[in-house]
Amino acid sequence: MIEVENLTVEFGRGAATVRAVRGVSFTVAQGESYGLVGESGSGKSTVLRAIARINPEFGGTIRVNGTPLTSKRSRDEARRMQMVFQDPYGALHPRHTVDAILREPLEIHRVGDKDRRIKAALSDVGLGPEFRFRYPHQISGGQRQRIAVARALILEPEILLLDEPTSALDVSVQAEVLNLLKRLQRERGLTYLMVSHNLAVVAHICERVAVMNRGRVVEELTASTLRGGEPAEAYTRQLVSATEGYDREAVRGYVTYE
Amino acid sequence: MTEARLLEVEDLRVTFRTPHGPVEAVRGVSFSLGRERLGIVGESGSGKSQTGRALLRLSARNGRVSAKKMVFDGIDLTNASERTMRRIRGARISMIMQDPRYSLNPVVKVGDQIAEAYRIHTGASARKARDRAMEMLETVRIREAGKVYDLYPHQVSGGMGQRVMIAMMLIPEPDVLIADEPTSALDVTVQMQVLALLDDMVRERGMGLVLISHDLNLVASFCDRVMVMYGGRVMEVLEAGRLHEAQHPYTRGLLNCLPSLEHPQHMLPVLTRDAGWLEEAR
Amino acid sequence: MSAAADPQGAGLRAWLRSPSPASTWQARAQRAYLGWVAFRANPIAMAGLLIVVALVLAAIFAPLLTGSRGLDPDLPNRLLPPSAEHWLGTDQLGRDIYDRLIWGSRVTLYIVGLVSIIVAPIGLAVGTLAGYAGGWVDTVLMRIVDIFLAFPRLILALAFVAALGPGLENAVLAIALTTWSPYARIARAEVLTIRKADYIVAAEAQGASTWRILRKHVVPLCLASVIVRLTLDMAGIILTAAGLGFLGLGAQPPLPEWGAMISTGRDFLYDQWWVPTAPGAAIFLVSLGFCLLGDGLRDVLDPRSGEA
Ligand SMILES: Nc1ncnc2c1ncn2[C@@H]1O[C@H](COP(=O)(O)OP(=O)(O)OP(=O)(O)O)[C@@H](O)[C@H]1O
Ligand SMILES: Nc1ncnc2c1ncn2[C@@H]1O[C@H](COP(=O)(O)OP(=O)(O)OP(=O)(O)O)[C@@H](O)[C@H]1O
Ligand SMILES: [Mg+2]
Ligand SMILES: [Mg+2]
Repeated sequence: MIEVENLTVEFGRGAATVRAVRGVSFTVAQGESYGLVGESGSGKSTVLRAIARINPEFGGTIRVNGTPLTSKRSRDEARRMQMVFQDPYGALHPRHTVDAILREPLEIHRVGDKDRRIKAALSDVGLGPEFRFRYPHQISGGQRQRIAVARALILEPEILLLDEPTSALDVSVQAEVLNLLKRLQRERGLTYLMVSHNLAVVAHICERVAVMNRGRVVEELTASTLRGGEPAEAYTRQLVSATEGYDREAVRGYVTYE
Repeated sequence: MTEARLLEVEDLRVTFRTPHGPVEAVRGVSFSLGRERLGIVGESGSGKSQTGRALLRLSARNGRVSAKKMVFDGIDLTNASERTMRRIRGARISMIMQDPRYSLNPVVKVGDQIAEAYRIHTGASARKARDRAMEMLETVRIREAGKVYDLYPHQVSGGMGQRVMIAMMLIPEPDVLIADEPTSALDVTVQMQVLALLDDMVRERGMGLVLISHDLNLVASFCDRVMVMYGGRVMEVLEAGRLHEAQHPYTRGLLNCLPSLEHPQHMLPVLTRDAGWLEEAR
Repeated sequence: MSAAADPQGAGLRAWLRSPSPASTWQARAQRAYLGWVAFRANPIAMAGLLIVVALVLAAIFAPLLTGSRGLDPDLPNRLLPPSAEHWLGTDQLGRDIYDRLIWGSRVTLYIVGLVSIIVAPIGLAVGTLAGYAGGWVDTVLMRIVDIFLAFPRLILALAFVAALGPGLENAVLAIALTTWSPYARIARAEVLTIRKADYIVAAEAQGASTWRILRKHVVPLCLASVIVRLTLDMAGIILTAAGLGFLGLGAQPPLPEWGAMISTGRDFLYDQWWVPTAPGAAIFLVSLGFCLLGDGLRDVLDPRSGEA
């Protein structure tokens, strides 16, 4: 479904160049959930943004359904692939009602039967019709994130790119959104590519996980290896140990991996 | 904890006037803070941030704050003058705000924002401030601090933005730090390193730390005491190490909805709330 | 929720305050209503609104409020002091000053309205395009803005009027040409802060065209600051128009333009003070009204002053 080969992304020019992604490769099968974890600034979001063509410049190849992506985004692509952003406060236009937010993709892609689809999208994410004409500031963070998921799903894409969809949410709302994502995937056979720094969240949703550091994938492992077994790479082991809670001595022992 | 209390709060209330009637965001919260790490946990909207903001008189304009007692290092915060508050804010009590991207000025380089914070509090020269800001970026484990200094907020990753905020708040070396979700966008290892940094400031400089977080595991392993909030009230205060043995159904509910690496679950239990919790705490 | 209010009012209020509106229309009405509630709580802003509304009413109902259009000379009754018959006295041609003031409000509104219609769209278009597109488009557009900003406004307006010839329309055009540039600046600054916001990126990822993003996402957010600035600028616009009128370059006699009225009345300042003072007071009052209104609008419209 998604094949990424030797992806590179650079920002800036000359001495100030930031090599955010340096030769990343992985493939995600149809209906699979694939996770990207790793250090802050290691290029996880940048990989997603390159696939969604929000950063249009990239090197290497990205194939979706066998077709290579060019740096120009085609309109149909939005129908196949959608993205959910990390920050539920920033992802919804402050002056648009929920109705306008969900209507927008339908208008852009000239899809008919808008009212029925909007109602269905709301109920898919477990929100009642009373939310339809509210402004984002009138709903909670978890509800906003569900609206963002509804917007991503309304064109019935096959692929969802999720950039830390729950890190801004509290644990009870996180549980709701994670359950929602699981249910939608089961019902619709969606393909997920999900970025998160929370290993437990990634292991909950994803079958396979790539660990990134400094713009490279250091290891690819399955959720069950992540859960119980011994990851091969020292960097991943450090990541797992950090997940177990704060331990002053352990932190002193952290090594910076290049 | 018998040593001097840095901060004592009794019966803190914050009420917002809204077109839909008053919203009681905080209803009678009492706590005290020594030179320790106090965690505040609770679901979204439980009044954690508003508690922190009220201490620094940073509540939104439509908010009313009242308290029987609110004392910082002998200074009565309930009726301190605005001038006193300005001297305290940032210099003696700092707050790392939630949503770093909203707190950073989008059109000023992140490094300059940190340097500016330093200059305001010390009146240092531009050169010196720049060096200090650079050092601070390194202290919060930002790699290639020199490059990051010149980036604008939209060019840094979520986690970097958060660390920039932390650097900005730590640079005046405050006595009390209120950190509102300071590490929610950081990956686990950097998160631990940043916490270790805060830990050092508590141990070596005797700073008092209030850590507001959703992450119960983190708070349980990092803090000394934990205060659990729901609907603007304190449900219980526990020793952090015993958080996992909590008895209150609300705390148990919060613990249960965490996905866990060791125990895979197909679907996560969600929290069921009980209006009675607000009553019994009276 | 007040049970005491009469049932109909309570019904409307409940509709305006319902936490779950049933249509986009209701949601918009609610936002306007909440803005109005906040605005109403500000007495100074209300005073400004009152003055502006009075100006508009005076312009609309001028024929009902006055006995003449104040255009025809009546030389026997020159320079009469205020009296029951001539509330504000008469001018050097014996025309009733009160009548001229009331009819003059039409001229003022005409200037204000025309300038806004020209200035706001040009400023918004240039500013949002520059901010959103960035790169060389930004550089070129902003240099043009800088050129306009570099000249003092009145002098530039004078030069334009000198080139176009005196007259009300030309004065308006000159004022508009000299006022639009700060709007481009404001709009651009506003766009730069939201340019990288996730909701703009999300719209791009949906395949929205640049035109659509500007129209539906960017402009609505800039509109508030532009409207506020425009209201605050009104005083300046009225004063510039009056200044041009005063110099004989704006409205031509016998049109009752307030600035021109001061200009012809200034010869009588010592002996018949009311002749220049009345239009001066009118200019002062209306400018003040717009300033106060603008200040109040800023509190209500500015998205940063808290939506909740
Ligand atoms: N527009 C940009 N200009 C310059 N550098 C950028 C830009 N966007 C991202 N970067 C840099 O690219 C690197 C990777 O950023 P990215 O956002 O992909 O990190 P991340 O892995 O998602 O981190 P986090 O977990 O903190 O969100 C960072 O060093 C960042 O500073
Ligand atoms: N300016 C305001 N006007 C009205 N109500 C407000 C305002 N600011 C906050 N509130 C309300 O106060 C309550 C407590 O908010 P607070 O920000 O303290 O929650 P929190 O515990 O920090 O939640 P989160 O984990 O989501 O940050 C919420 O119900 C919120 O809606
Ligand atoms: Mg990221
Ligand atoms: Mg908060």
